[in-house]
Amino acid sequence: MNKVVDYSVIKSLLRDGMTLMIGGFLGCGTPEGIIDLIIEMDLKNLTVICNDTSFVDKGIGKLIANGNAKKVITSHIGTNSESGKRMNEGSLEVELSPQGTLIERIRAAGSGLGGVITPTGVGTLVEEGKEKILLNGKEYLIEMPLKADVALVYASKVDPFGNCYYQGTTRNFNPIIALAADTVIVEAEEVVEVGQLNPEVVMTPGVLVDYIVKGDF
Amino acid sequence: MAVDAKVAKEIIAKRVAMELKHGQLVNLGIGLPTLVANYIPKDVYVTLQSENGMVGMGPTPEAGKEDRHITNAGGQYVTINNNGAFFDTAMSFSLIRGGHVDITVLGALEVDEKGNLSNWIIPGKLVPGMGGAMDLVTGAKKVIVAMQHTAKGDLKIKKACQLPLTAKGQVDMIVTELAVMEVTEKGLLLKEIHKETTVDEVIKLTEADLIIDENLKVMDL
Repeated sequence: MNKVVDYSVIKSLLRDGMTLMIGGFLGCGTPEGIIDLIIEMDLKNLTVICNDTSFVDKGIGKLIANGNAKKVITSHIGTNSESGKRMNEGSLEVELSPQGTLIERIRAAGSGLGGVITPTGVGTLVEEGKEKILLNGKEYLIEMPLKADVALVYASKVDPFGNCYYQGTTRNFNPIIALAADTVIVEAEEVVEVGQLNPEVVMTPGVLVDYIVKGDF
Repeated sequence: MAVDAKVAKEIIAKRVAMELKHGQLVNLGIGLPTLVANYIPKDVYVTLQSENGMVGMGPTPEAGKEDRHITNAGGQYVTINNNGAFFDTAMSFSLIRGGHVDITVLGALEVDEKGNLSNWIIPGKLVPGMGGAMDLVTGAKKVIVAMQHTAKGDLKIKKACQLPLTAKGQVDMIVTELAVMEVTEKGLLLKEIHKETTVDEVIKLTEADLIIDENLKVMDL
């Protein structure tokens, strides 16, 4: 089974108004080619779920600077001046979620769990509008799962079935978002033959992946 | 005691480094806390975590030897030691929230005598976001705030934080270029002062009430 396609197929899968999860941490481990495609298509009103909004000229930051997103659910926007500017102007809605909570909300959606019960954020602005529960004498927040229409995953190596390997710190959100979207697209630095990835080092099983595109990193 | 920012940061980093114990897992925040790594005593082996996905973080690579697949939580190129490990964000924050990180060192906009910390937002002015700070402060076994004692004359160690909190009552220790303070049930305990300052100066530059330790020491740097 070969899931490798070219960018024209990826283009046909993306539309205005979609909710996208995108991998990467300050641009490390982000599918840059698909970001560039979204900018070229000039998609509008996207909701983007990601760790951070990177830098103005790198990774997810480019989408923000180009005005493709109407909302971002993230843990940090401080390294991208366009995020704060657009938020203040009112053209970008920013929902901040603590990093550990954000990843667990995504994992919960992708793992069939009804939510996350976490002590992080208790006694802060993060608890506003959320249910709190007391368990064994300690307060926790109930945080809701997060799903997306499409997950845009970076991989260092992928085989044609979609088995992914992530090098170094590029892994970050990538294997988790691959669980939580209706359609999962992988952009890889290298596409290897089936059998070349040792099953022991596969970090995302190919069964989760729908489409693969070879990136130019 | 008047010192420039560079000297102040060096004093703070040196003193925080003395808190690290052999075998501990430690997370150093971006900026000043990162400098702590330069002063860890030779006979103390600690493992550094970077919350973007590794333990066993090593030093900055030599020029020309950077690997774009290996960055720290500030987005800079780093290296990994030969006993290190890479993982995803869920594992990284399980280490953090799960109490596996022994010490986290962070900066602060404000910290108060009840151990409350504000370091992620100045409403209407600066909204960088909390990143991993809320999880780190909530989950780490010991929370050390490392910062300059005042900011352009403004007092940062408050009776009560005015800015939105990062976490409630989680700070254990505050280290500045002037003093070392511990958060106790009775309030802030002044444990050490720098040799070039006085208790009176520290009190003057601290809004919170200070309890002076009977065994008050001079920082042994």
